[in-house]
Amino acid sequence: MSDSTGDEATNPYRTSLRTAADWGLVAIALPALAALALPVGAQGGAVLGWFGGTMAPLFLIGVVLAVVAGASAPKRVWGAWPELAGVALAWLLPLHLLNEGLDLSAGWGLWLFLVAATLLLWRVMGVLAGVPGWTRSVIVPGLFGLGLLVGWEVLVRGFQVPAILLPPPSRIAAALAANAPVLWDDFRQTVLTSVLRGYVMGCGAGLIVAILADRVPFLARGLLPLGNLASAIPVVGIAPIMVMWFGFDWQSKAAVIVVMTFFPMMINTLAGLGTSERIQLDLMRSYAAGYGRTLVKLRLPNALPFLFNGLKINSTLALIGAIVAEFFGTPVVGMGFRISTEVARMNLDIVWATIAVAALTGSGLYGTLALLERATTAWHPSMRGR
Amino acid sequence: MTFPNPLDFWEASASRQGSDRAVSSAKSSSAKSPVVVEARKLSLVYPTADKPVTALSEVDLTIARGDFVSLIGPSGCGKTTLLRVIADLERPTAGQIAIEGMTPEQARLKRLYGYVFQAPALYPWRTVERNVMLPLEIMGIARAERQARAREQLERVGLSGFERKFPWQLSGGMQQRVSIARALALQPDLLLMDEPFGALDEITRDHLNLHLTQLWRATGKTCVFVTHSIAEAVFLSTRIVVMSPRPGRILDVIDCNSLPRERTLDIRESPEFAAIAHRVREGLKEGHSYDD
Repeated sequence: MSDSTGDEATNPYRTSLRTAADWGLVAIALPALAALALPVGAQGGAVLGWFGGTMAPLFLIGVVLAVVAGASAPKRVWGAWPELAGVALAWLLPLHLLNEGLDLSAGWGLWLFLVAATLLLWRVMGVLAGVPGWTRSVIVPGLFGLGLLVGWEVLVRGFQVPAILLPPPSRIAAALAANAPVLWDDFRQTVLTSVLRGYVMGCGAGLIVAILADRVPFLARGLLPLGNLASAIPVVGIAPIMVMWFGFDWQSKAAVIVVMTFFPMMINTLAGLGTSERIQLDLMRSYAAGYGRTLVKLRLPNALPFLFNGLKINSTLALIGAIVAEFFGTPVVGMGFRISTEVARMNLDIVWATIAVAALTGSGLYGTLALLERATTAWHPSMRGR
Repeated sequence: MTFPNPLDFWEASASRQGSDRAVSSAKSSSAKSPVVVEARKLSLVYPTADKPVTALSEVDLTIARGDFVSLIGPSGCGKTTLLRVIADLERPTAGQIAIEGMTPEQARLKRLYGYVFQAPALYPWRTVERNVMLPLEIMGIARAERQARAREQLERVGLSGFERKFPWQLSGGMQQRVSIARALALQPDLLLMDEPFGALDEITRDHLNLHLTQLWRATGKTCVFVTHSIAEAVFLSTRIVVMSPRPGRILDVIDCNSLPRERTLDIRESPEFAAIAHRVREGLKEGHSYDD
């Protein structure tokens, strides 16, 4: 295998220094070889090399075999998969060494080896990103995220970062599993009760008022400056007031969310309703279509990209609003409540687990809306051909 | 059925002083009178910030059933405004106009005309077929018939097989043909066209003109066609209305009886064609002399 495109490989008469060898692989092999001369870690104060009684040589052999298999594959894409296995094996080595009780913070050979493995991963990802379909759209981003998690795990544990500053993902996952019932209750209280209700009320009200304001011009003139004012209100200021007004339960959280989401939705809807061209409106008029028909058949479809813009902005605003509002009073359940109490008790694992739940929820909401948008506004120039 | 719409900027801009804009309302609703459009002393003045602009000044025009009438003139001569007045997209400030013996508003509410705009104005979220079905949906026609009519009209403009495509997947000429099919789907007796081929290249335009004249002969509709191309006007029309700007008025009405009713691209080489084109050009020149 001489070059990734394979063109030169099929023509044996066109060999040059550039194509004589896979120089990229050589560049990765060099630091890996150099790493062999350096220690992999220390045990009980004694520095250990690669062949110091651990299973490191086995990993090494596995990685070499995988890379050789990858490099000799008839197609570059096929070769990517054994190379990927080699990368995985290389990154499993530090986890094995940690289980053996080694101190990796001085194992510069290991770290250099991992740098080489990461470069190999870069190469593999480059190849896989060129494969259309599921590989490109799901596997490549999935591998990227997995790589970040493994890197986080190995670095935090290898350099013994205190868990109070940053726990490794495995510990967060363990906390997630151990506290699943509590976290599920929090999720139900915050997301399924407060966020969903507040979101629907805020966005719905924004949409309806925008349609009204579009019909009654003085409403738009009066409400738009108010919208600017409202967007400047700090959520930490409005949240305690809403708790006083509406009590500890979900109503106060929903109220905060309504305040936060109403104006973004209204402003986006108003802008969207204004995008219909005069010629399209004339067309509806020539069909003797009234206000309602024109709204449903022309102006709302035209406004869809703007509506989704508002809905997507609001999906993250609503989650933030609910969590922050729960800091100011809540029944003893909810994600914001959990974070504030567990921070005080120095249970940072649970805090991180809650953050993970919130992040996943936020991306889930956003992703669902993005899919819905793609399904309903495929006609819009910004979505065509995706 | 229709509500007053605060967004009707056309109503805001074209003031409603002309209370006597209808010759007679429901008097001659025997729909087959030989006159389709009748305008007498029609004027339209736009109030603007500095001084009022006269878009139409005392226009008299009669359009007979089955005629193909072209309105030609330089920009600002009021030809599009006249068409929009016929379509009730603008309100005249003085004078009278009747469409099939009704006011333009009654004619619009009865959907007596189909309007083809300068741009296709297709809705990008609807397929070609559903775009053509749009006016039928608004009229409340049953689904099966909507589809049958849309298919028929798309076939008529030569776009069978494109039903499921989206407008942006079509060329400009095809999009304009879809918009013509959409206007025809209403099955109006009166077809109003405002420079429908203005944005297309000449070859496409020739092709569509030929198509349009055949369509006109096959359907026997009354057409009012706005253009600023002399060749196009002469090629398509049975009568040509030459207009001039500032204020918008009619200079000359030319009958094209010397040309056969059946038009082919070849007639553009004939001496009759040249004679009419010459007369149109002379008329336009006369209008321009007022400019300076």
